[in-house]
This record gives sequence, structure tokens and C-alpha cells, in this order.
Amino acid sequence: MKKKLIVIGAGMASGRALEHLIDADKDAYDITLFNAEPRGNYNRIMLSPVLSGDKEFQEIVTHDAAWYEENGVTCRFGEQVVSIDRDRKVVVGQNAEVAYDKLLIATGSAPFIIPVPGKNLPGVIAYRDLEDTNAMIDASAAPQAKAVVIGGGLLGLEAAAGLKARGMDVTVVHLMGHLMERQLDEAAGYLLRRALEDKGIEIKCNASTSAILGEDKVEAVLLDDKSVIPADLVVMAVGIRPETRLATDAAIEVERGITVNDAMQTSDPDILAVGECVEHRKQLFGLVAPLYDQAKVVAKTLLKEDAVFAPKEVATKLKVTGCDLFSTGDFAEGETREDIVFRDPARGVYKRLVLEGNQLVGAVMYGDTADGNWFFGLIKDKTDISEMRETLIFGPAFQGGASLDPMAAVAALPLDAEICGCNGVCKGQIVDAINAGATDLGAVRSTTKASASCGTCSGLVEQVLATTLGDDFVLPTAQPVCGCTELTHEDVRRLIKSKSLKSQPAVWQELGWSTPNGCHTCRPALNYYLLADWPLEYADDPQSRFVNERKHANIQKDGTYSVVPRMWGGMTTPDELRAIADAADKFNVPTVHVTGGQRIDLLGVKGEDLPAIWADLNQAGMVSGHAYSKGLRTVKTCVGKDHCRFGTQDSTGLGIKLEKHLWGSWTPHKLKLGVSGCPRNCAEATCKDIGIVCVDSGYEISVAGAAGMEVKQTEFLCKVTTEEEAIEIISAFTQLYRENGKYLDRIFKWVAKVGLEWCIEKVVDNIDNRKALAERFEISQSVYRDDPWAKLSTVKEAPKFGPLANLTLEAAE
Amino acid sequence: MSWLDIGTIDEIPVRGARIVKTVLGCVAIFRTAENEVFATSDRCPHKGGPLSEGIVHGRKVTCPLHNWVFSLENGEAQGDDDGQIETYEVKIEAGRLLLNSEELQARSAA
Ligand SMILES: Cc1cc2nc3c(=O)[nH]c(=O)nc-3n(C[C@H](O)[C@H](O)[C@H](O)COP(=O)(O)OP(=O)(O)OC[C@H]3O[C@@H](n4cnc5c(N)ncnc54)[C@H](O)[C@@H]3O)c2cc1C
Ligand code: SF4
Ligand code: FES
Repeated sequence: MKKKLIVIGAGMASGRALEHLIDADKDAYDITLFNAEPRGNYNRIMLSPVLSGDKEFQEIVTHDAAWYEENGVTCRFGEQVVSIDRDRKVVVGQNAEVAYDKLLIATGSAPFIIPVPGKNLPGVIAYRDLEDTNAMIDASAAPQAKAVVIGGGLLGLEAAAGLKARGMDVTVVHLMGHLMERQLDEAAGYLLRRALEDKGIEIKCNASTSAILGEDKVEAVLLDDKSVIPADLVVMAVGIRPETRLATDAAIEVERGITVNDAMQTSDPDILAVGECVEHRKQLFGLVAPLYDQAKVVAKTLLKEDAVFAPKEVATKLKVTGCDLFSTGDFAEGETREDIVFRDPARGVYKRLVLEGNQLVGAVMYGDTADGNWFFGLIKDKTDISEMRETLIFGPAFQGGASLDPMAAVAALPLDAEICGCNGVCKGQIVDAINAGATDLGAVRSTTKASASCGTCSGLVEQVLATTLGDDFVLPTAQPVCGCTELTHEDVRRLIKSKSLKSQPAVWQELGWSTPNGCHTCRPALNYYLLADWPLEYADDPQSRFVNERKHANIQKDGTYSVVPRMWGGMTTPDELRAIADAADKFNVPTVHVTGGQRIDLLGVKGEDLPAIWADLNQAGMVSGHAYSKGLRTVKTCVGKDHCRFGTQDSTGLGIKLEKHLWGSWTPHKLKLGVSGCPRNCAEATCKDIGIVCVDSGYEISVAGAAGMEVKQTEFLCKVTTEEEAIEIISAFTQLYRENGKYLDRIFKWVAKVGLEWCIEKVVDNIDNRKALAERFEISQSVYRDDPWAKLSTVKEAPKFGPLANLTLEAAE
Repeated sequence: MSWLDIGTIDEIPVRGARIVKTVLGCVAIFRTAENEVFATSDRCPHKGGPLSEGIVHGRKVTCPLHNWVFSLENGEAQGDDDGQIETYEVKIEAGRLLLNSEELQARSAA
């Protein structure tokens, strides 16, 4: 008698296993195949082309009725297996019991549905099978239908692209900072995002879904930040979990998946498992390549032949037209690892190879993935790459020859080789310019326009200079931002604007950063530049800020913080003073100090107490004094004409107005103002970044003073007759500094570079320009003129200031 | 080994850190841009700066007080600075962050 084999699940793994089994020995088993879906095996990964309309379902069926019949497979499609009775060796289906000698579980996995309110509303679906695919196709038929895809991984993006191809309005909501974070690093994620956005798909990263809204069907998705995205369809593609229920109920060993040994046997030797439902040596599987290897092994085991499953490297590709990406191996950075990064911003190409010793261990590629499989082979075979290291990144076409010295390569370029792509300048023109007397990059740039646009060919131009001039060439001395780039702060600022770079990964990629995500020197600078240039589009990155700005308090040498509430223009009230005193008592503040900026500093507050002390101070009507910020700190004032017998104007009132106007604004470095009521200058306005001295006939504005490591008197900017003009000019001047200053240059340093005359021309003489600057300042302030303490002392944010866990109790036991 | 459950990776900001209090002092748990986690002592050997408040870049952290940079993998100070911080084993299992507490105790005894 033939032995009886039951297979549960007609998926990609079991389909392949059946083929191997039947090919090897057609008569070994009587096979019964259960499938919960009302159909047989098909190529699940091709559902994406079906969704996008590139293929019909018929084309992706792998085994048709004729195949099952020819091979004697009894099909029970559309019938779910309810349980397994191991004692009686029967499988209980919805319709009948069937006995087995050997059982193969191939139930795949179940999509993970995030437990938010509204998850059960009609119109909320997963993306797993043909039913889901058809539901999406149906939804896209309605005119102007909107879809929200939750999850920016492989599956979510394929769903999004498919829905977009069918004409829907699609938004992808992704929890993490960049797309496909498990397969891609930030730079590649950025390029992918750009490509998808070009297709018209909206992408929201760092976005967490808090509810799905709707009455009797889905109407919108509500995010944590309270934004609401209208939706007629919500696709959840946030992950999968092995489908192990049958095994668990039958008391077969299950960890995260059904535990199998190298022969794909479960803890019950007559029961085998294959596919996404299994766990092998602590590993789960979510791509088909390893499942196909498992299928081979399981077929052999069923035929009593020896076989061992050993997982191999897998590579990922996204099946979205126009998005060429490839990732394989381990591309995390590491102490013993080295990166080779190649970026070609003009073509949107990014390649990163990760080396460990003399082996390639990981590769991420975007834009040009032609060599992907070759790299994949090197990783799989653990090839020694030390010989081809220099040219490895250029792929197989460049191997075998002598290694290329970049200098020699430039020297060898023909005169008609294009050096500057933007302006179409070839090597010959640059050489001519050099021979005509241009001896540095600036001169070549101004005479030929080479490197004058995007600037990324500057290095090449310099190499042409070096090879042409020989020893006469001196490398320019302009300081790069940091070790991650060769560009100066000024270049970076210019390129962020001219190339409309609106995120840090965009800068890293387009400007060829040599590290995966910058360092402590460049990240705060980039964060500031992006914030100043795109106030409405760029989201501040707290992780790129110095601790003071991240925690909105000054860190002290012992790791405690100091808290300074704002006192507008140096004014306070008995109530405020009482609230400060109460807070000092309540939080055991050891030191209370009056600052040089006319405020009260509470020193020695514990990091985890910050939200609570802020909440108390907020309660009394006080907000953060930004005493920690590269932004407006104080506007120091004297009492002015209300009380002082010399006072000419309301200097205190103007100070308060200015502070209310400027507070919260981020600037390249800290910004301090002073307003004195007469030339006696009790507010010491003439050694501030911006100072105002009131006189009988109006207001004298002067700038670029300093009273820190350097002491310097301000220089006269202009004199105006009304407060309104004074405020407008100061806004415009601040904005000019914000838009042009180098990060960490105080105003006096910046003015020394650009010249006071230039500033006067921009904000005093040219009235249109002044108004435009003041307007841009106002736009930025519409986002930033608010109190960070209030935001961070909420129930949701405050706990983040405490420890992740407290083990002091546990360890004591 | 004794693995202690200390929370989930989502509770730590990307390119950021949180601390875990232990009787032997604070341990900093870092999360990199690639969603890897590392655990080290929270104290900078230079002047005791809280490393969990530093800027995380690649698999490194910069101390917020005077900018020493440490490898999160082996704890060594980078560049010209000479110093070493303790590193501890931490892993993610079924979405939970687990910290090897035995190692913590062993190292402090040593
Ligand atoms: C849209 C999409 C695109 C994908 N793209 C790719 C890709 O490009 N590359 C890649 O490598 N991978 C891709 N994958 C993943 C790949 O499809 C899976 O890894 C693979 O299908 C898993 O195979 P499996 O046989 O383990 O499970 P499945 O193919 O899921 O089959 C399991 C079957 O078991 C049935 N079943 C479950 N429980 C029972 C029960 N109790 N009784 C009866 N039947 C049951 C299910 O209905 C299902 O039909 C994609 C997946 C999807 C959904
Ligand atoms: S600056 Fe002039 S107006 Fe102001 S307090 Fe001093 S003397 Fe009086
Ligand atoms: S305390 Fe860390 S660098 Fe000084």
C-alpha cells in the first residue's frame, strides 16, 4: 500500500516541495492537498504585477487542475484544516477527516494587523492573497479613490505602486525614518522615496497610526501627530507572523515559528514543515529563495534520503517599475568593517559595499543594480577581494586590469572628456583656462563655469588642475565642514538651496557624504541649515542636536541641568517669582542664580525631573527661556522713560515686543539683544549681537557686538524713527543671518566675512528685499514661535526623560 | 545567562539612547540608524559625561561634554583620545530588548 501524505497549505513552498517529490518518485505517496484559499498553488510574489495590471491572475498560476490530476494529488481547496490529531494520525478538515502517514505543514504566515481602533472597519485589508489583491483592484475603480498604505517595507511599497498605477491617490505611512529600513540604509532609502514621490505617491515617514476612522466603512487614518489622511481603502502591510496555530494546538514544538531540524522535521518525526511557518535555528524566513531550498530538503526527507537545510544569503529587490534597488548581506557599519561608497547624484545612483577583512559582507545599491548579482556571488562565496579592492565598486567590467590610481585616471582622460556635467565643460576647456592663467578652483570656475552649478565635480576639476600644474598646484585651504565631506559650510548652504535638498539623507546622498549618517559636527549644522531654508517642509531632527537643545535645558558638569524660564524683556512679577521659588523648593534646586541676561537660573535639576518642573512653571504662565539654544536667548532692557529721568523712549516695551517677535527662532549661533533707553546704555546694548539705543529722535540700531571670548563694540547699522521699523529691520537682519551664516558663527564673525556694507544694502537700502526677508522670518516663526516645555511635559513625552528600565530593585533581590 | 527584559526598541529614538538604572550605575542603551542596539556604561571616562545624551552616528557616540567619540561595539575611544567604556550584551528577541545582567555584575566585580 502507498503511504499517505497530507499537505496543509498550497503555497509557494509546498508547491515546490511537491514538484521535487513527484519528480523523484511519483509513486511514493498518495497525496492530499488542503488549502484554505479556494484555489491551488500560484506564484504569490507575482500578485504585485497582478495588482498593477501588468499581469492576469491566470499567468501566475504555477500548478493547474491538469497537473494535480496527472500526478494523482487529491485537492481539497477552499477547505481549511481545523486541527491535527496526532494520536489517531488524522487531519481534521472543515468537511472531513483524512488519515496520514506523513504530514507536511506549509501554512505560510498571517499578516500582522496593528491593534488600533477601527482596524476591523470594512475597507481595511492586508496584502497577502488574491482576495486582497482583488479588493484593492475593486477599490481603485471608484473615481478619485484614496488609499493609505500602512507600512513602507517591500510589500507596502509594492501595494502603493500598484494602487497608484491603477489611478488611486496613495499615501504611504511608515513608522521608521526611511523606507525599507531593513534592507536599505538611509541614503538608498532617500533615493527610493524620491523615486516614489516622483510617481506621485505621498510618503510620510516617522508616522505612527493611532486610529482608523470611519462610521460603517473606513474614511480616514489618524496619525499620532493628529493629522488625518482621508482614505477609501487602507492596506496594512506592517509585517507577518508565522501561521503556527495548528502546530501549537497539536502540541508540536513552536517557538516563533514551528521548530524544525536540518531535515525539516518538527518535534514529531512524522510531521514536517516547510516555508514561512517554520523556524530553523532561531531564524524565520520571509523570502522565497530559502523556502525553495527547504522544499528540496523536505522532499528528500519524505523519500528517506539524507538532506540538510542550510540557509544562504538572500538578496532583496523591489518589484516596482523605475525603482532599481538591490540589497544583500549585512550592510550595517562596524568597527572591523569598512565602507566603500559611490554616489553619482546626477544619475541618482548610490552604491555601498561593506567589507570585513578581505571579504565583501554586504551591498546596498540604488539606481544602477546591474552588478548586484555579481556582488551577491562574492558575498555568498566569501571570495577574497583584496586584489580588486580598489576597483571593486565599479563591478566586474573593471576587474582584471591594473588597479587604477585616480590621478593617473584623470591624467589619462582625453581632452574631450566631460568633467562638468551640469555645464558641459570638458577637460580641454579646463586645461586651456589653466594655461591662460587660472591656477585655482575659483578661477577655473569663473572662467569656464566648470563646477559652478552643483559643485560635485569640484574634486575632478581639482585633479585636472593638479595634473596640469604639477607642483605649482596648491590645494585650496577652505575648511570642509568635517571629515564626512570635502565641501565647506558655504558650499553646503548654497547647494541645499540650489538643489532643493530638504532632508539630511538628501544632503548626504546628493552631496556625496562619505559616512552613512554624518557625525556630531556636521549633523547639527545640516539640521540647522535645513530648518532655516525649509521651515515648513523640513522636520527638525532632535537626534542631530546637542543635548541642551534636545532636552531644552543646559547640561552642567555633573550631568544635572539648569532651567531658565523666560522673563520677557527682563520683566517679572511677584507671582512669577513665587512660582519660581516654589519650583526651587519642590525640586530641591541647590542653586538659584540671576543671569547676565536678566533672568533666574535654577541649577542642579535632575534630567528626569525636567518635564515636571516645566509643567509647574508653565502652570504659572512661564515658558522656556531658550537659555540653551542656538537661537534667540534674551533681550536685555533698561527701565526706560517710564521710570528713568533720562529715558527717551519705552525701552522695556520695545524689548518685550522684540522678544515676543523673535523668540523660538533658531539661528546659526546664540542671539542676544539689548535695548537701552538713552545713550547712557544701562542695558549694555552696544556689546550685543544686535543693540538698540533709544534717542529723542528714534532708535539707533547697531549690530555685531560681542562680549564673550572676544569683546567688541557694535557697528552702526541704521537709525529709524518708529518701533515698527526697528522691529522690521531687526527681523530682516536676523533672517539674513539665518539664511547666510555659517553654523556656530556668531553675528560679529559672520559680519566680518560678508561685510557690514553688504548687510546695510540688503536690509536698509533695499526696502523690497528687507520686506521679503522679514516675511520669510515670519513664515519660519509661524512654526517655531512656541514653547518646547509645554510640548515635552505632556503625558506622552514626559516619560521619555526617565530611564527605559529600572533594574535597581530586581538586582537587589 | 540571565537576560533581563528592559523594554522595546521603539522606546529608544532612532540615532538616540535611553538609560537603564542598575545598582551598579546607569547603562546606556543605544539605537543606531540601522536599528541595531548596543549597551555601554553611561559614564564617559574623561570627566563623567552622560554618553546617552551624546549624538549617535554610525556605530559611534560623541560625549556631550567634550566630544570624545566612542565605538559602541568595543567601547574604545576613537581618534587621539585614550579611554574605554564598558560594553554589555543586549539583544532583541520577539520584539523585546534583553540585557545580559550577569555580565553587568561580573564586570563590576572584576
Ligand atoms: C504581494 C506579495 C509579494 C511578495 N513578493 C516577494 C518577492 O518579491 N520576493 C520574495 O522572495 N518573496 C516575496 N513575497 C513573500 C513570499 O510570497 C512568501 O515568502 C511565500 O509565499 C511563502 O510561502 P509559503 O508556502 O510558506 O506560504 P504561502 O505561499 O503563504 O502559502 C501558505 C498557504 O497555506 C494556506 N493555509 C494556511 N493555513 C491553512 C489551514 N489551516 N488549512 C489550509 N490551508 C491553510 C494559506 O491559505 C496559503 O495559501 C511576497 C509576498 C506577497 C504577499
Ligand atoms: S539707559 Fe538711559 S534710560 Fe535706560 S536706565 Fe540707563 S539712563 Fe535711564
Ligand atoms: S566627559 Fe566625555 S568628553 Fe569630557
